[in-house]
Amino acid sequence: MTDDEELRCRQVVELVTDYLEGALDPELTARFRAHLRGCPHCTEYLDQVRRTIRTLGHVPVDALPPETMAGLLAEFGNLRPEQPTPRRSLFRRG
Amino acid sequence: MTGRERRALRRDTALVERLRAGDRAAFSAVVTDYSPMMRHVARGYVASAAAADDVVQEAWLTVIRSLETFEGRSALRTWIVGIVVNIARRRGAKDARTVPWSAVAADGGGTVDPTRFQGGDAPNPGAWTSIGAPSPWAPERRALDAEALRLLRTALTTLPESQRLVVTLRDVDGLTGEEVCAALGLTAGNQRILLHRGRARLRQELEDYYRGNEVKR
Repeated sequence: MTDDEELRCRQVVELVTDYLEGALDPELTARFRAHLRGCPHCTEYLDQVRRTIRTLGHVPVDALPPETMAGLLAEFGNLRPEQPTPRRSLFRRG
Repeated sequence: MTGRERRALRRDTALVERLRAGDRAAFSAVVTDYSPMMRHVARGYVASAAAADDVVQEAWLTVIRSLETFEGRSALRTWIVGIVVNIARRRGAKDARTVPWSAVAADGGGTVDPTRFQGGDAPNPGAWTSIGAPSPWAPERRALDAEALRLLRTALTTLPESQRLVVTLRDVDGLTGEEVCAALGLTAGNQRILLHRGRARLRQELEDYYRGNEVKR
């Protein structure tokens, strides 16, 4: 049996996002980490949340419709005609 | 400001110079890069995907015309988000569209099935039960699991709208917490609550998927 200061797994899983966001105060952060050191299950849970976030970063998103893209490029060409700036670009790109 | 943020701002300033000079390739790249995120921001205000696309289009026209007013004090992305919000808000007022943000406070339950934890009479109340404890998933492969991506993409559409918007902008589009709060008019606390609930649901979906695979093996 643990004392009252120790976080329970059931509380830890609800603190995961605040922990990852850096939104826990230092005292609670320390208790959270202390719990993880002694609890492989909550460590696994946190790893799974991190992996979920990583995987979400690769979820494909829909591109703009090609006709919208073409329209924007045409409008860009009208409003921002290409300027010859060879000297300046030498410095910038080099 | 961190060194990383300074470098990002320098990159943005260089990019804006190219855009001002009419560099079509640069424009095409930045439109491809940011439009999906802008569409997601717009969906916080307007009622349909078509309306969101209109907002994105109008936002880009505003960006093209307003490049001279970009001062490089914030990230280009943050500046563009602000433009999208202004246009989408005007458009959304016409649509009388509201995302049910008020539901944020209402649901105070846990994000993990409570039966996975030991009850009050058990030797270790609040700890994982032996059956409930999360078991390791199949190792992460370098080539991303296309099935898991498909599953997450579908699962995102089943989340409550407020959670879907926050998780999409944060984890799919990679906006910062501050940018999402500004984009959707959320407090930092509510942004975290929605992110937490959304991510917990998606983790559960992946867990079910990886467990299902184990059973089949």
